[in-house]
Amino acid sequence: MGDRVQTPSQTVGPFFHFGLEYDGSAQVVPGHYPGAIRLHGTVFDGGQAPVPDALLEIWQTDAAGLVSRERGSLLRNEFAFTGFGRAATNLGGEYAFTTVRPGTGFVTVAVFARGLSHHLFTRAYFDDGTGGGASDSLLASLPPSRRSTLLAMPDGDRSFRFDVRLQGDGETVFLEYS
Amino acid sequence: MATQQVITEEIRRIETDAAARVQGGQSPEVHPRRDYPPYRSSALRHPTQNLVKVDPEEVERYSPAFGHWDVSPLESDLTIAHRGEPLGERITVTGRVVDGDGRPVRGQLIELWQANSAGRYVHKRDQHPAPLDPNFTGVGRVITGEDGSYRFRTIKPGPYPWKNHTNAWRPAHVHFSLFGSQFTQRLVTQMYFPGDPLFALDPIYQSIVDPAARARLIGTYDHDTSVPDVSLGYRWDIVLTGPRSTWLEPEHADG
Ligand SMILES: [Fe+2]
Repeated sequence: MGDRVQTPSQTVGPFFHFGLEYDGSAQVVPGHYPGAIRLHGTVFDGGQAPVPDALLEIWQTDAAGLVSRERGSLLRNEFAFTGFGRAATNLGGEYAFTTVRPGTGFVTVAVFARGLSHHLFTRAYFDDGTGGGASDSLLASLPPSRRSTLLAMPDGDRSFRFDVRLQGDGETVFLEYS
Repeated sequence: MATQQVITEEIRRIETDAAARVQGGQSPEVHPRRDYPPYRSSALRHPTQNLVKVDPEEVERYSPAFGHWDVSPLESDLTIAHRGEPLGERITVTGRVVDGDGRPVRGQLIELWQANSAGRYVHKRDQHPAPLDPNFTGVGRVITGEDGSYRFRTIKPGPYPWKNHTNAWRPAHVHFSLFGSQFTQRLVTQMYFPGDPLFALDPIYQSIVDPAARARLIGTYDHDTSVPDVSLGYRWDIVLTGPRSTWLEPEHADG
């Protein structure tokens, strides 16, 4: 076991946009990429109000389930799939990514916000396994009411909705890596 | 809005309680509490259910890759982004990013953003009526070196008021965003400057309830990093331990 002690987290605060957003940060792939989908949703607080100053990051494999080691997550080009995206919520608490369905069946999501002292990890799954698709031990371990918070639901042509509820009714399952 | 006195009393109460738990044998808390009432906007923004423990999947044991061509070397110098010199005290902030075993985090992205010397952000939602500096934006990026090292040139940010309670002021700080070698090591935090009189009053800093943990966010004045006739130097090292599985030798790692 390591002997260095973790540096503590602090909130991303309200003024991160000019420091962390960059051109194309929410486009993991361009919209015309084969198999491109929209992954979008709203971030809600414990009062069911949208959170207008949250930041979401996604990290995922490509459609074949391979982890990208491609550099260039900041300087996007049309051809390199890097697997990383970053999107701030708008005044309505909404975010949107353009990406592909990962071969592993899930996208890892990190949620940052003003008022949140330490980011939260979750996963957006594209398949709950009940249709014979890929299942997952995490999903299987959760009661159905909580499991549903991890499902990205189709809501249109090549579009999936994944809302994040930080607290209260329908609170999203957040993860602690062991 | 609460007075500073009310907030300070809440801070002290929580710290006393946390210290008693450590006395009673609990390990000190490494990170801030997400549920920390003195930081008022945390009230509706922290989960109330327990986090669900999972083993990282393969993809989560990797991190996004950033290349030296993602970031221009000029982006680590926040004082040269404009034609003129920014106002304020020029500083160098340098250090190393390492994992829990002290191994360097190589070739990874660090992003930084901050207020100007008057305590004002370029951000359009910043309402603090302190002057903007036409020669300072306050955004920087760097890719860590082979030894995990980084170096930024900037100006010392000013403290600024905020609306948590009456007469609330943030200690001077620089926001940092870090990637480790695994996505589970992702960290966003703030670096502070030694001796700030606002530390005891600030509910964001104090949301880290263990005093030794809080102190890890304070840069150290380092005279060897100061540049004669130019700037003062601060050292700040960052540790990204990540989950238990990153501490194990490969032959013991489960998958
Ligand atoms: Fe700040």
